[in-house]
Parts: sequence; C-alpha cells; structure tokens
Amino acid sequence: METELKEILNDLKSLQNSFSDPSLHSQFDKIRCRIESLVSLAKSGPMHRSKVKDMSAEVVDSNPYSRLMALQRMGIVENYERIRQFSVAVVGIGGVGSVAAEMLTRCGIGRLLLYDYDKVELANMNRLFFRPEQVGMTKTEAAVQTLSDINPDVVFESYTMNITTIQGFETFMSSLQNKSFNPNKEGSGVDLVLSCVDNYEARMVVNQACNELNQTWMESGVSENAVSGHIQLLVPGETACFACAPPLVVASGVDERTLKREGVCAASLPTTMGVVAGLLVQNTLKYLLKFGQVTSYLGYNALKDYFPTMEMKPNPQCSNSACLKRQEEFILAKPARDAAARTKIEAEALSSTESPVHADNEWNISVVDDSEFGVTNTGSSDVLPEGLAHELPSADGYENLPASEETSNPLDDLDDLRKQLETLNAEKS
Amino acid sequence: MEGWDPTTKSTLTQIPLLTTKAGPRDGAAWTQRLKEEYKALIAYTSMNKSNDNDWFRISAANPEGTRWTGKCWYVHNLLKYEFDLQFDIPVTYPATAPELELPQLDGKTHKMYRGGKICLTVHFKPLWAKNCPRFGIAHALCLGLAPWLAAEIPILVDSGMIKHKDDAASSSEV
Repeated sequence: METELKEILNDLKSLQNSFSDPSLHSQFDKIRCRIESLVSLAKSGPMHRSKVKDMSAEVVDSNPYSRLMALQRMGIVENYERIRQFSVAVVGIGGVGSVAAEMLTRCGIGRLLLYDYDKVELANMNRLFFRPEQVGMTKTEAAVQTLSDINPDVVFESYTMNITTIQGFETFMSSLQNKSFNPNKEGSGVDLVLSCVDNYEARMVVNQACNELNQTWMESGVSENAVSGHIQLLVPGETACFACAPPLVVASGVDERTLKREGVCAASLPTTMGVVAGLLVQNTLKYLLKFGQVTSYLGYNALKDYFPTMEMKPNPQCSNSACLKRQEEFILAKPARDAAARTKIEAEALSSTESPVHADNEWNISVVDDSEFGVTNTGSSDVLPEGLAHELPSADGYENLPASEETSNPLDDLDDLRKQLETLNAEKS
Repeated sequence: MEGWDPTTKSTLTQIPLLTTKAGPRDGAAWTQRLKEEYKALIAYTSMNKSNDNDWFRISAANPEGTRWTGKCWYVHNLLKYEFDLQFDIPVTYPATAPELELPQLDGKTHKMYRGGKICLTVHFKPLWAKNCPRFGIAHALCLGLAPWLAAEIPILVDSGMIKHKDDAASSSEV
C-alpha cells in the first residue's frame, strides 16, 4: 500500500508540472498533503519486533527490557535476566490466568505453559485480555496469538484439554515433567504452577499433580460475587495443601423444590480479576527472582479494602496420601534445614561485626524459639470440662467401619457384575 | 438430610454404601471400588424397577470404567422426556464427584455449566464431600441428577425450551 501511494504521489508531481497555471498549485498541494499523511499512516501499521538475544539495561526507546533491568540498578532484584531460565505453567486461561500470562510475558519469562479447554465467548468481554475478534477460538490459541506478538522471546506451549479427565491428567503430568527447556533443572520441568481455574474439581487436580511431583504452586481465586479474591502459596509438605483444609462443607439439606434457579452464572469484574492476577504475578516474581517476602496467603476483600494474610500448616490427617508423603519428607529434612539456616546466620554474623545490643542482662532475659517442631499439639487434650462435649466425630471414624463381608468375597467378578447391570438395563421395566 | 422428601430418604438408605476409597489411578483398589459401584447400581436399578420408578440406564463405556454413558428420563404431565446421560470419572475421584452431563440440554438452562454439566454445587456437592468415600455413582444419580430433573424439566417444558418428541402429532402416550 505504501509503495502504491508513493507512485500516486509521483504521478501527481508530473501532472502538476505539466500545468503551467499557478492558480492550480494550491489545489495540487492540498492533494499532496493528504496522500503524504496516508503514507505515514501506512508506515505505522502492525509492527513485529524480532527476538532479543540478551536482555540489555541500555536506556533507549527501542529496548523492551530497559525498565525491567532497571530493577537491578534500583537494588530490588539482584539478577533480573535469570527470569529467562524460568518456566511457569498457567492452568486456566480465564479472567485471572490470561492476565497473569500477559504480565509474565511482558516481564520476559523464559517459557509459559498454558492449559484450558474452553473457547473465547462474547460473555468473556467484561474481563481483560481477549478481544471480540477472537470469539470462537480456543483460549489457548487466542492467548498464544496475542502473547507471541507482545513478546516473541517467550517460548509458549499450549495444551487444549480438560485436566480432570484421566487422559488429560496424564498429559498434564508429563508436560510438567518435560525438561527439554532447561535440562539441568532439578525436580520437575517447571519452576512454578499457577492455578487460575474456576472450580473445586480442577483445583483438586492441580493439587494432586503438584503433591505427586513435589512441585511448588500458587492458587488463586475470585469469589462468585466478584468482590473478593485470594492467592495462596502451596509448598508440598511444608504448607497446607488444597485438600488439607477442605472448604467449609455445609450440608443444608436443600429441598429440591427450593433449588435456586439463579446462581450458576457467576458475576465477574475486570477490576477484581486484574487485582488478583497482579497479586499472583507479583508473588510469582518475588518467588522466582528472590526479592522481598513471598506471601503464603493473601486475601482481598474489595468491599472493605481488607487484605488479610495468614499461614497454614499441613494437616497431619490430610486425605491426600501424596501430601502425607511430602509432609514426612519435610519433617525428615529438618536437621539439614536447620544446619543450613545456622550457617547462613553465622555467615551473616561474620560479615557484620555485631556488638551485643545490651551489655548487661540484669534480669536474665532470654529469647526462646517457639516455632519448634512437635510442640504444636500440646494444647489439645481429650478431657473436656464438665458440660462440654465434642460435636464432631473423631477423625478416623470411617476407617473403623466394619468391613462388609461382601467386599472381601473373592467370588465377585467384575465382568459378572457388569453383565448383571446390562441384563437389568436390557429388561423392560 | 432433613429437608429431603421421605421417598428419596428411604431410597437412599437402601442403596449399598461403598467402602473402598480409590480412584481410577489406584490399580487393584480401583477394580475393587468398581465392583462396589456396580453392586450399588444394580441394587438401585432393581429397586427402581420394583417400585415402578425406573428412570435411567447407565453403563461403563470403556473397560476401565472411567467413562459412563446412558439415558435418563422424566415424566411430566403424562409425557416422557428422555435425554442422553454421560460423565467421566474425575482423576481425583472419589474426593470429587463426577460431573453429570446432559449434552442435549446444553445452552437451554442457566442451571448448567458448559458442555451440559448439570449444576450440583448447592444441593449435592456438600453431601458428596461429607460422605466420601461411601457415596458412589448410584448416589450421585439419586441425590444429584434426580432432584435436578425434578426441578428443571417441568420449567423447561412449560417455558417451551424442550418439546416432547411426539409433540407435532399431539400424542397422549406415556
């Protein structure tokens, strides 16, 4: 288009020269100005930048990383360029996941793995990232399209599948274990998994995979009414897993006639989702690039602007067996962890010649470590004061159920049972 | 369970409870669980037949027993409305319940997630979580799908969203 416009401009010039009448000149000039503005418009069309080999800190307009590398000069991050070695898996490319993926892409993350089985719909347009012309595309396909335009340096892998099915789960697990991007990495093939899904089942699946792979992950969520959200760091064995503290189960005994007819369609706001995605990726950057304090749980209540934080220890009676295994490993590794902490403290003490804060200790005050292992259960006792009773059954209740003799009957044959059901199915009622 | 009608309650108590806590990735334990699932389904189906309340057909669509397909139906104003029924056993089963799907009703009601998964969040998921691992597929049908059909089909028919297959011929057959 640009070359064609230039040809028209040349034609115009020769035409102008063939007319000697000066009264026409201003007319010609007007037309030339309009064509020239069209030429500059055509020049500013979609531009694709080429890949960058090394992140440079040079402050020029054309450097996509100058503002990020400045984090080093400001003393926030020691080595920003390490971000190119990291792989992050984003599970669920919805209101939170797509924005988180864009943030990581703009930060120049090494590799992004994207998982979703949904398609882009017009009903998604109240959120950020996806555009109306992408309606009908799969979310993974649309995301890779946009993200690779924004930053071609990032390696994208997209998985269009449902991770809660058996087959999907196997693909999910093997994709997390694939180390071709960074063969020297310890553990799995990714540095962090971000769960940005919208349902309990999928969260339990991410939890299962990460517990089995001993993979650190972060969970995020926005409430159905769109005015609160949270992020949570889950380190298998060290912090509570997603199954350690199951969501509050309230069996209200709903009558089927009173079943709510609204309620399936959840509300959502681009603001809350953007805030939660921001909190999630901020925590991700702190975790990966080792700056600041990585938060273990951060809530966001939009109505009151309240941001609660807390820490959750793993549940020794967690129903997830992989979680119990990780807990055991974590306890066994305690001496090594303590030794590492001690040498670190000693090294710090050496580097700074520290003098005692107080020269004398008249009252013999000493500081006692109260985070020791094993002292957490001292408070609980089975003996209750008079008039109080335990409302909940003891935790191991169901294990003690008398095993029905049927289950141990070796004569049971799966094919027999299948045939019995088929016969029943075939019978006319 | 207070609030459930007495019929559902007495039906439920007659479906055998399951004991093995195993999912499809647990090998031999899953086979054991599958046997218990079959026993519960056989007991529930024959109970429905003897009470003249037959309302579904379900069978495993693969040898591993991880995908199930069949039919379910509901009678409203003396007309029978029948739908395909399908679901996968989730990888975290039985910690999470199967997501029952009625693909033919996809997009026709708000009480449904994409792909025709019926909404079980309020009336069924808490019960399932509380009774893990004792509830199985039969319980999910009895306490999840049956109340959903009872609540939704009359509204879908009355609002004209679904039509009886013999609608044009103004038939009166049941």
